[in-house]
Amino acid sequence: MTFDINNATFMGYRRENGRFGVRNHVIVLPVDDLSNSASEAVAHNIKGAMAIPHPYGRLQFGEDLEVHFRTLIGTGSNPNVAAVIVIGIEEGWTKRVVDGIAATGKPVVGFGIEQHGDHETIMKASKAAREYVQWASEKQREQAPLSELWVSTKCGESDTTSGCGSNPTVGNAFDKMYDKGVTMLFGETSEITGGEHLVAERCRDEAVRERFMFMFDRYQDMINRYKTNDLSESQPTKGNIEGGLTTIEEKALGNIQKIGRKCIVDGVLDKAEAPTGPGLWFMDSSSAAAEMVTLCGAAGYVVHFFPTGQGNIIGNPIVPVIKLCANPRTVRTMSEHVDVDVSGLLRKEMTPDEAGDALLEMMLRTSNGRLTAAEALGHREFVLTKLYESA
Amino acid sequence: MIHFVVHDDGDSVGVVVVEGVSSGDELTGWIMDQDKDITFKATSDIPIGHKLAIKPMKKDDTVIKYGVDIGRVVADIGLGEHAHVHNIKTKRW
Repeated sequence: MTFDINNATFMGYRRENGRFGVRNHVIVLPVDDLSNSASEAVAHNIKGAMAIPHPYGRLQFGEDLEVHFRTLIGTGSNPNVAAVIVIGIEEGWTKRVVDGIAATGKPVVGFGIEQHGDHETIMKASKAAREYVQWASEKQREQAPLSELWVSTKCGESDTTSGCGSNPTVGNAFDKMYDKGVTMLFGETSEITGGEHLVAERCRDEAVRERFMFMFDRYQDMINRYKTNDLSESQPTKGNIEGGLTTIEEKALGNIQKIGRKCIVDGVLDKAEAPTGPGLWFMDSSSAAAEMVTLCGAAGYVVHFFPTGQGNIIGNPIVPVIKLCANPRTVRTMSEHVDVDVSGLLRKEMTPDEAGDALLEMMLRTSNGRLTAAEALGHREFVLTKLYESA
Repeated sequence: MIHFVVHDDGDSVGVVVVEGVSSGDELTGWIMDQDKDITFKATSDIPIGHKLAIKPMKKDDTVIKYGVDIGRVVADIGLGEHAHVHNIKTKRW
């Protein structure tokens, strides 16, 4: 049966602000490292509540602190999340995160630990979490048009098969969805090095192009400031090199196959910033898998396409990460991590159109509730981007 | 059977997409953008995902893949030879 994108719909959870999610999580979100313990205790007490621990949130300042807040608030605001319990060491920054998430209209409540201690905080937060979980469990999925879906992409542990197989498959799917008003995202600023002129050519207008080049140059400046060699084994990674990728230019040219051949870059976002309309957006971001996917979730994206060559196993706590792979060895040795096998592309057994359709079909099944390999395996990598040392 | 793929007619390298390629093997390659097949003899053992040279390259030449510059040659590379970090480096960083 041929996939018909014109009549494609999905069954999602309609949130208070009108956005559609594809998961129905109740999360316990620590503002800082100190609050991980209480958050995990609440998630242990209340079945169906998920803690999202992380190592930061203390003495950050300036733009680094802004990225921290944008990421936490964006994660709580994501439509894959039904309700949020926020726990912080003190009430001020806790309230800032609560107020940010509350703007979506979804249920959210915060608890500060100081003057109460872990025991009292865990008790109060557990009571709130129990109410939220039971409330969320009655939410029903409803039919939504494809244009309500926000889809992000980032590849990982790429090899040369990524550039000729799995990344062009994402590009094929993105080209098909672009015409349907889907909101899409790519990023990985350092991993465009060598292909930046090709992305610049695809920008909608001069203003978008200037913004893209500003983000690109800002990242290059950072790398030039801190580098001690040509970054070989970091970018490309040791795994990339093992997989046959030799230079950052080669990796970048493979990477940008993900934006297809027709999509226009409609806008440029800073880290964890939400887009303001449909189309394809570029977000300035790290190319490290968990950092990038965490930022995609914080920007409001609800499904993620993750092509891999050598077998990156990443997942995310709130965003289903759909893995596709064109390397027959990886598909054979790591099948439990692969949602869509497109290795037939390299044997001419599958056309790019068929591969794109297979990915889109898996996207709809995943959006309707099918667990991804990463979800079934329990991968919940939540990694905050940190720009520099804390004060 | 396809043993290696090439993105574009003008590329200097192809990518081995099967396991177990050994020196001396006769390989069939598929040029994807122009959809045509070529044959080549491997002159090194080349792991899956790694590149073979389909044009001879001299030190300081530019390596072309996807029709675009992917780096510079740092040691001469013969036809059918393994092309990787031992003979190609980035021009960036």
